Amino acid sequence: MALETVRVQRVRTSAFRWEWLLLVLIAGTFFVNSRISPHFLRYTSLMSALSVFLEAGFMVLSMVFILVAGDIDVSVASIVALASVLMSLSYKAGLPMGLAMLVALGVGTGCGYLNGLLISRIPNLSAIIVTLAGFSLYRGIAYILLGDRAVGGFPSWYSYLAWGDIGGTGIPFILVAFLACALVYGLVLHRTSFGRKVFAIGTNRIAAVFSGIPVARIRHTLFTLNGLMAGVAAIFLTSKLGSSRPNVATGYELEVIAIAVLGGASPSGGKGSIAGACLALVLMRLLRYGMGLRNVPGQVMMVIIGIVLICVVMFPNLLAARKRRPAGS
Amino acid sequence: MLAMESKRGFLRFASGVRGLREFGIIVFILVLSVLIGIRNPRFLTWGNIHDMLVDTAALLVVAVGMMLVLVTGGIDLSAESVLALTGMVTGIIIKDHPYLSPLLMLVFGLCFGGLLGSITGLVVSRGRVLPIIATLSMMYIYRGITFIVSKGEWIDAHEMPESFKALATGRVLGFSNLIVIALVVYVVFYYFTAHTRTGREIYAVGSNLEAARIIGINTAFITWLVYMISGALSGLGGVMWVARYASAQNDTAAGFVLTVVAACVLGGVSISGGAGTIPGVLLGSITIGIINNALPMIRVSPFWKMALQGIIILVAALVNVAVARNIERTQLRKREELRMVRYGA
Amino acid sequence: MGERILELRGISKFFPGIRALERVDFDLEEGEIHALVGENGAGKSTLIKIITGVHQPDEGEIFWRGQRVTFPNPTVASRYQIAAVYQQPASFPHLTITENIFLSHPFVHPLSRRLRWREMHKRAQELLESLGAEIDPLNPVGALSAAQQQIVEIAKALSIHARILIMDEPTAALTRREAEELYRIMMKLKSQGTSIIFISHRFEDIYEVADRVTVLRDGKKVGTWMVRDIAEQDLIRAMVGREITQLFPKAQVTPGKELLRVEGLSRVGYFSNVSFTLHAGEILGMSGLVGSGRTEVAHALFGIAPADRGKIFVEGKEVTIRSPMDAIALGIGYLPEDRLQQGLFLPMSITDNITIAVLDELTRHGWLCPEREYEVATKMLELLQIKAPTVFHPVSSLSGGNQQKVVVAKLLAARLRILILDEPTHGVDVGAKAAIHQIMSDLAREGLGILMISSEMPEILGMSDRILVMCEGRVSGILTREEATQEKLMEMAVNIDRGRFRKTQEVVGAGHGI
Repeated sequence: MALETVRVQRVRTSAFRWEWLLLVLIAGTFFVNSRISPHFLRYTSLMSALSVFLEAGFMVLSMVFILVAGDIDVSVASIVALASVLMSLSYKAGLPMGLAMLVALGVGTGCGYLNGLLISRIPNLSAIIVTLAGFSLYRGIAYILLGDRAVGGFPSWYSYLAWGDIGGTGIPFILVAFLACALVYGLVLHRTSFGRKVFAIGTNRIAAVFSGIPVARIRHTLFTLNGLMAGVAAIFLTSKLGSSRPNVATGYELEVIAIAVLGGASPSGGKGSIAGACLALVLMRLLRYGMGLRNVPGQVMMVIIGIVLICVVMFPNLLAARKRRPAGS
Repeated sequence: MLAMESKRGFLRFASGVRGLREFGIIVFILVLSVLIGIRNPRFLTWGNIHDMLVDTAALLVVAVGMMLVLVTGGIDLSAESVLALTGMVTGIIIKDHPYLSPLLMLVFGLCFGGLLGSITGLVVSRGRVLPIIATLSMMYIYRGITFIVSKGEWIDAHEMPESFKALATGRVLGFSNLIVIALVVYVVFYYFTAHTRTGREIYAVGSNLEAARIIGINTAFITWLVYMISGALSGLGGVMWVARYASAQNDTAAGFVLTVVAACVLGGVSISGGAGTIPGVLLGSITIGIINNALPMIRVSPFWKMALQGIIILVAALVNVAVARNIERTQLRKREELRMVRYGA
Repeated sequence: MGERILELRGISKFFPGIRALERVDFDLEEGEIHALVGENGAGKSTLIKIITGVHQPDEGEIFWRGQRVTFPNPTVASRYQIAAVYQQPASFPHLTITENIFLSHPFVHPLSRRLRWREMHKRAQELLESLGAEIDPLNPVGALSAAQQQIVEIAKALSIHARILIMDEPTAALTRREAEELYRIMMKLKSQGTSIIFISHRFEDIYEVADRVTVLRDGKKVGTWMVRDIAEQDLIRAMVGREITQLFPKAQVTPGKELLRVEGLSRVGYFSNVSFTLHAGEILGMSGLVGSGRTEVAHALFGIAPADRGKIFVEGKEVTIRSPMDAIALGIGYLPEDRLQQGLFLPMSITDNITIAVLDELTRHGWLCPEREYEVATKMLELLQIKAPTVFHPVSSLSGGNQQKVVVAKLLAARLRILILDEPTHGVDVGAKAAIHQIMSDLAREGLGILMISSEMPEILGMSDRILVMCEGRVSGILTREEATQEKLMEMAVNIDRGRFRKTQEVVGAGHGI
């Protein structure tokens, strides 16, 4: 009996081990960073380190849902570009900034809705091919609209979204917004029947259909949600950059997927957590910040992120293969 | 007896459906060409067609590798970065050693690309990483390495020897060398996919992985092989690209992989594996080549290219799905009719 | 009869939690057709897989022409000229017939390594013709019917000059005429000295072609007999090993009001003009061969693949069912045949699996409520006597039989009025089988209507109040419990075709004066 209780506990806690590993890594990076630069530990630099890439963090949250459901979306960065460009253009066309921001959200949601519509309602059309087409199409439309021009000149309050802090506490607004979002997403994924159904779909899509789960509708919702978050990201990113061009957020899709996977989400579905994704986001920020302190160029970071992603995915597979081998022979 | 004849006729028709698709693309190409030709008669001149083929040569070559990967049910997003990295390394070598034979550089491109591709292949086949994740990562890794080896610089025309640039400008029997190279690749790979055992095993792996394993096909090797080949052909494409544009840049071929996938999907290659032919890819690539070539001729802004590509991929994928569903429906209807005949019900 | 070509001695095989085979002896002579029979889960397939090298035995030895051999993988087994034809052909749907036949051993030009397509096509054509099949070998296999695919599989086996041919339920998906054709082929192969092991549930197969028959039960060998020496009743007794009647406790219930009525339901290519009614308290058995369209009808009723034509009435009201959600909302539940693929979320916990279909009823304002879920899950665990340490364990940690019960639990957790059970006891051990039958009987008494698809004759005959028989996508008749006998059901499952077959044979016979 005692043995059984122990096993039960292991079954229940196994999902959390990955997050512990991430915490250890974060602590390590923290330590190394503080050794490299004494300024690192300052409150302001810490806060800025954490909030730099947060606009993409919004997309990580919804990407976790997509991966848990066993899908993938490589079009998010292009949706950001299109949403950003259309928002700027509608502002230039005379719309108040508030409404322009709604345009960004609307465009994001619309693109996501289209992705989801094609993927979930047409059998045998894979998420890879649809979002790959979207990757090209959405940014392509941004290019058609803007060419190689840039649009800027937003009202000054707009930059507060990315740069401002909460009433002089030094806590960035974007950080608070992100944490609120993460809380909602975490609760939905782990504490509601909707979240449970997403896990079920990713674990075994056929069984999910046979269990009466509205698989098509949920997948459609997830892609729409991902589009919406891309719209949110577009608002914050444009606020940070102060202008918008068709080539903004290039390569974000890899980083977003990489963070979600690093956070424990499996691209083959059925696994992932919001807490893990948030920790992975922090880890990635600290790594980048540390490399920034060392003047490591962006391209090298790209290489490192790619390698980290492959290793993270490959590691458990190789381990499993090794475990299997002696048993098989 | 008559019934038997008609039955065989139907079956022959069913097996001809695959050929039907290629026929469809040919018709599409002809209609497209005539329409563009009406807008701009220069389009249909031999000189322009030749230029179009030269511009499409790299796409033609890389698409073959992509097709093999797609046939196994994978995807190789790293192809464009392999192309860029190989092109850059080739550029650096030829800059420092201008006396090297261009032919040698082609061989180097094949080998170097093959090396890069085989790393990707190992990650997929041995590391069991999903192809989309593995090749997306590799795409950024190789692109990053391109920046690192070039130190952010690019190599332009005057740094390259004439002998190397002649790869693109030189002609054999009136055809550009690049077209000849592409032709050789198509002949070799047509033979490989249709007439060799290993070539057919690629299709078997994509059609039914488990069954392939049961009949003793080394599925891990085949998986590795297709990524290696895709890398090798991307490397070759890289050398061709650098020779054609007489420059090697860090962002060479950025976004090119989408064009390649579009060409394959357009050529009837199934993204879920098992189906795809060399003639189909040839036609798909040429269609893309025509569109790219025609856009400036009918005065469409180059900014349209990217969006158009997305639409092409989407439409081609939808057509593939519709064709597959149509074939299935015809089969079911046939089955129903046979029963009707048998039972008179 | 000929020399002993293959002998298995003391073969045992264990899977986690299951003893699939226990010290089984088996032998095969040259030019013999040896039938292998037994109930589902008796170990036939495992034995076959050991002979073909898919599985390795944990104990025991294999002798090939008196010489000790091991088959570490299927390739080695095929070197000993052993080939298998499976019920669901392991083929490559995109590739041509020729390729499917020759992929593992193509004709290759000795110097250029080129594939010799022309020779292969010609040889494939010859093989197909020798099997009496009029198919162009250039067709993709995906375009063929089940029977044609089976013939391609046999051609594949012949192409490696198989001396030992194993057929796993080759006639299950075939019509009577196609089965007769297959018997002819088997006899021909036998006359050429090929030995055939074949698994079948159809006694007519055995008495038609087999020389000897070996019976397996619960992983053990019961015995081997000459077919001509053993009567059908004795064979059944050997297979079942117990009195059939006590296993099937369906209580007589006077059927109540009509729950479900189906009129002229059709789906192109799968079934057509299916009509029946189901009443409260009734178990309607659905009999017929594999591939006769039973599962497809069930899928249409459950909204997985809706019908193209026809009407469905639930409690007298016409309804449209476009998805499983619709079906569940109407109180229709479905126990899928392929439990692992269609019923279970293996890495998820037992609770998660049981409650997934009723999750929304167990939540508070959309928030999960673990206590309520726990309650439901433990109740089901007790009801079905699922052996699991706790309800928090993943389903993958359970034995096969208990996993099956979890799927049943998932179905019962929802409050339903109409249950469609697709092979409810397929692959379940005897104890669990009795439990499931008891539950079905109880549910019927509570006033549910049950539509039970089953390929097991005793189950159909014992459990059903009425029996609907399907053949080739059509309802060939509905019998009451009193009318039904095993022979009648089998006759109806194949009868339309057989009637036609006889007629055409007479005509042909007259024409040719044979």
